[in-house]
Amino acid sequence: MRELLLCPPDYYGIEYEINPWMSIARGAETAIVQEQWKQLHATLSKLNCKVHLIAPQPRLPDMVFTANAGLTVGRRFIPSNFRHKERAGEQPFFAKWMEQHGYEVDWLPEKLYFEGEGDALFGKDVLFCGYKFRSDIQSHRAIAEMLSCLAISVELVDPRFYHLDTCFCPLPDGGGFWFPDAFDEYGQRAIREHVTDLIDVAPEEAMHFSCNAVVIDRDIVLPEGAPQLVTKLQERGYRCHGLPMTEFIKAGGACKCLTMFMPQREKA
Amino acid sequence: MFSETIELRGHIIDSLILPKVLDQILTHGANFKIGEITIGQKRADQSFARIQVSAETSDALDELILRLRQHGAEVAIRTDAQLAPSPADGVFPPEFYVMTNQQTFVRVDGIEIEVRPTMMDTAIAVDRKGRAARAVKFFDVHKGDEIVIGHQGVRVVPVQRATSRTDIFQFINTIIDADEPKSAIIRELAEELRRARKAKSKIAVVAGPAIVRTGAGRHLVRLIEAGYVDRLFAGNPFAGYDVERALFGTSLGISLDLAFARGGRENVMRAVNVIRQAGSVAAAVEKNLLTSGIMHACVRNNVDVVLTGSIRDEGSIPGATTDAIEGQKVLREKLADVTHALLLATIRHSLAVAGMLGPTVKIVCIDIDASAVERVVEQQPLQSIGMITDVEPFLRELADCLIGSNLSQ
Repeated sequence: MRELLLCPPDYYGIEYEINPWMSIARGAETAIVQEQWKQLHATLSKLNCKVHLIAPQPRLPDMVFTANAGLTVGRRFIPSNFRHKERAGEQPFFAKWMEQHGYEVDWLPEKLYFEGEGDALFGKDVLFCGYKFRSDIQSHRAIAEMLSCLAISVELVDPRFYHLDTCFCPLPDGGGFWFPDAFDEYGQRAIREHVTDLIDVAPEEAMHFSCNAVVIDRDIVLPEGAPQLVTKLQERGYRCHGLPMTEFIKAGGACKCLTMFMPQREKA
Repeated sequence: MFSETIELRGHIIDSLILPKVLDQILTHGANFKIGEITIGQKRADQSFARIQVSAETSDALDELILRLRQHGAEVAIRTDAQLAPSPADGVFPPEFYVMTNQQTFVRVDGIEIEVRPTMMDTAIAVDRKGRAARAVKFFDVHKGDEIVIGHQGVRVVPVQRATSRTDIFQFINTIIDADEPKSAIIRELAEELRRARKAKSKIAVVAGPAIVRTGAGRHLVRLIEAGYVDRLFAGNPFAGYDVERALFGTSLGISLDLAFARGGRENVMRAVNVIRQAGSVAAAVEKNLLTSGIMHACVRNNVDVVLTGSIRDEGSIPGATTDAIEGQKVLREKLADVTHALLLATIRHSLAVAGMLGPTVKIVCIDIDASAVERVVEQQPLQSIGMITDVEPFLRELADCLIGSNLSQ
């Protein structure tokens, strides 16, 4: 059974602008926010997952995006060092919660920016890491050393896809789906080199945050609005669960951003 | 050229970060030299690369380094050079740094000092108070001189191959074989020398006796008279043969005008004796004893001549330096401002001079022996043209290009 960490969206809202999706003028509808998040919670719970909840905190609206809190491998939790001061306040809450739940907290050097699962996703035995907008490439090196694993660093070049999990989703069979234009040429080549059977997501579907999906074995929970991708995933034997995510996309997040694996991997 | 050393660590091979960084350096018009690279052996092993990045301006370098930092490049921590005192006159301390002829900097008390002059096969002596560093040969070093040891704190900036063609040297940088056409290259070379003369650059000719013996002397005289030779370096015999040719019409007794003739050393002995009696080449010219030839042309056109002796000399021309170390010192002095060097048919002198030239001096090496040309060109791989040919047709064609072919054959 997979264990996941979610954070209820009680204090969620668009209160600042730290990515191109955010506009204070275009706020999230509180009632719809609650409904969409509950639907995600229910869907994941039904997929044989144990869903933990961390208490939301006032003035930390993005705490709802738990994937950015850190990276968990086995019983080790590496907390994020957020690039933006608006989110830096989330760190102690997550670290404390994980510690209280029996995880060993392994800190990165303070000067290295790293935004957790948002920029670090395992595909088979490789840890894919995104850099530039939020995480520093130097943090990848530190994490690879901490976990003794191969970390493939890829540069993100489109500010709309500022985290790796907004444009790339590895699958358990070694394949994956992605929006190639979000990466530079070298990043594309490095991913192609290490991922077999890559599904290209069309630009209009990528804009629906289709790559921001939670994969639980053969089940994929993703934002609705990606019929072409869903067809391709179904052809490969995956069950897709499309969910409305409009209110979270307003902040530049969706299913995956709202979910942190505990752990993402048992072993690196 | 400004340069900085960067280091890359991590999974830089699998992530293609190393090729990306190298590509970015080139795309931004800069150059790189990989100093050290260690590739991880096992899957999780990280790799390491130390890269020297050079750019035309300091601003361009700073901007580039800033970009490369995004991809994980870190500017290498710089340390001071290690110094040790010379244990005795003429002896370097153990582990002394051996310099090349490339531009070199040493870091002393946190400040980089350029080593002047740059010279092959020397050590670096540092004057802390005077904030100066100089290349020193064995005979230059005195007990207690502070000498750089090890490689730490030493930065070498190699001359970069131009990415666009600016002159024949950057275009060719190679050896033209005996069976390859040479006219086009000689024409280009003539253009280069014309530009050099116009810019008041200094051209040196290192001349071997074959120039006189093959009858190419008159073409060299044309170059001297037209102002294409500022310095002439040769061995003592070169002057002897030239004077013999001027006085007796022979070279080692062989007449240039006879198809077959027996030679001998008699005439050259008599020629040297004339100069010794006059006191010097210049005096012989003054007294109208010497009225033609290369040495005569040098006196008339104020060419700075350095003649050095060899162990085979019977008796040298007055003014020739017979002390080898003294000869080296004089040559180094006279080569300091030379921008172009024509090394013509003399392997020993060519090698000696090539080793003393700075990295920006353009050299042309002419010899009939391919291995001789290769050895010389190796010392200046980015700024040299080697040509495997008899020196006579080369000089004839070069003089024709520069001055016109009005000389009766």
